[in-house]
Amino acid sequence: MSSSKRSTIIVEQLRKQQMLEALSRGKRLDGRNYESYRDLKVEIGIIDKASGSAKVTLGNTEVIAGVKVETGEPFEGLENKGALIMSAEVLPTASPHVEPGPPDEDAIELSRVVDRGIRESEMLDLDKLVLIPGKIVYTVFVDCSIINSDGNLLDATSYAVVSALLTSKFPIFEIQDDKVVDTGKTMPPPITTVPVSITAVKIGEAVLLDPTTEEEACMDARITMTTQSDGSIVAVQKGFTGPFTVDQIISYSEIARIKGEEIRSKIKELN
Amino acid sequence: MKELSLLDENGKRSDGRGIDDLRPIKITVGVVKNADGSAYIEFGKNKIIVAVYGPREVHPKHMALPDRCVLRCRYHMSPFSTDTRKNPAPSRREVEISKVMRESLEPSLILSDYPRAVIDVFVEVIQADGGSRCAGINAASVALADAGINMRDLVSACAAGRIADKIVLDVNDLEDKEGDADMPVAYLPNLEQVTLLQVDGKLSTAQFGECLNKAIDGCKLVYEIQKDALMKKYFGNELEVKEEV
Repeated sequence: MSSSKRSTIIVEQLRKQQMLEALSRGKRLDGRNYESYRDLKVEIGIIDKASGSAKVTLGNTEVIAGVKVETGEPFEGLENKGALIMSAEVLPTASPHVEPGPPDEDAIELSRVVDRGIRESEMLDLDKLVLIPGKIVYTVFVDCSIINSDGNLLDATSYAVVSALLTSKFPIFEIQDDKVVDTGKTMPPPITTVPVSITAVKIGEAVLLDPTTEEEACMDARITMTTQSDGSIVAVQKGFTGPFTVDQIISYSEIARIKGEEIRSKIKELN
Repeated sequence: MKELSLLDENGKRSDGRGIDDLRPIKITVGVVKNADGSAYIEFGKNKIIVAVYGPREVHPKHMALPDRCVLRCRYHMSPFSTDTRKNPAPSRREVEISKVMRESLEPSLILSDYPRAVIDVFVEVIQADGGSRCAGINAASVALADAGINMRDLVSACAAGRIADKIVLDVNDLEDKEGDADMPVAYLPNLEQVTLLQVDGKLSTAQFGECLNKAIDGCKLVYEIQKDALMKKYFGNELEVKEEV
């Protein structure tokens, strides 16, 4: 069941007017240009018990991603591929508006959109993660915990997942006498490309990249586009109730490609 | 054989500590920007983030108490915090720990100052080692202080345990699994009251007393680190000035 709702963050009317007034002068409330991202920081290897991990801070938004590698049965219909399973949880630490419990529709959308970018870009070459075709494959879990939420969870989570995967060391499993054995050795994961998502919100006629919670509370519509290393688009998600015109979407795809390249080199550099 | 690996002939433990040594502890106050109070603790390999929200309105409303504040506590482990991935759904163990944690914190707080309100304490273990409930309580109490909740005392927690015939301070993961007894204790250092006591394993009466006293000694050591962390956030500059003088 999903019902239309008021934004969970109530922005005071005065603040909203301030925002619209600033936007009419081409400025945002935190002083950024429409197309600039907040400060992006990536810390890797913070969880020793994970095969790979990363903490991403994007302004005040803070996300931790951890990679766990196990073995298991392949998914039905994908007998010759490793299994990739992603989850994201908005922890109740993240803001006064989050309540503990099963994920709500926003949290589910978040993990599915991030998953889509990674899966569709085939960032991980799952063909290389098979032990016995049809029977035993590598199972890669990527779990994300949102620690503090100040808007644009989609991009922050996506960058955390990408950074954790890029820097992970997968255990090498072998089959001995029909049994899976952990050799104790590790290998770099089979990476093929680096997907990067770029999210914007539309407020009136202004299109703002990397929105804060306050901006998301005032948005008419949201759009997320994920591009891979060669610039092609691998995933798109439009969110919220407002519309986009075709022209807006086309011009946005160009922004997503250019900005994506910028962030991609930043992520590679930080890793 | 088992004893040898946990405690060698020089009295050194598996991680190189002596029997009265704590693991390294680091506490940082004010790490979650949206929270009313927060703390991050590294206690050995434990890495735990605690956020406190409140006092605020109770939802659902019927949970509100007319004469005092409701305290809620959630202990949760991230799926990547353990050696084999943990299912993110709350386990029975997490439910129990949430309960004993709340009960260990409640006596330190003056809840009658906030009738009809709620204080939420969210404890997220991002990496687990032995003794995560004690580490969580230590960070939670600091986070409650950071949130400005009226309190009688801080809560300091530490475990002691038995390996072979030796009582040791601050049981680690391996010692918890392979050792003979584990006793987590939470303590109000100024009021000299015990607010959490659990025992897992066999202890003679004499060992029980020794273990409890050792755990409380550990709590007192932890208390100093908690105080330092709070001082650093709220009086950081003044401390530096004093040192210069």
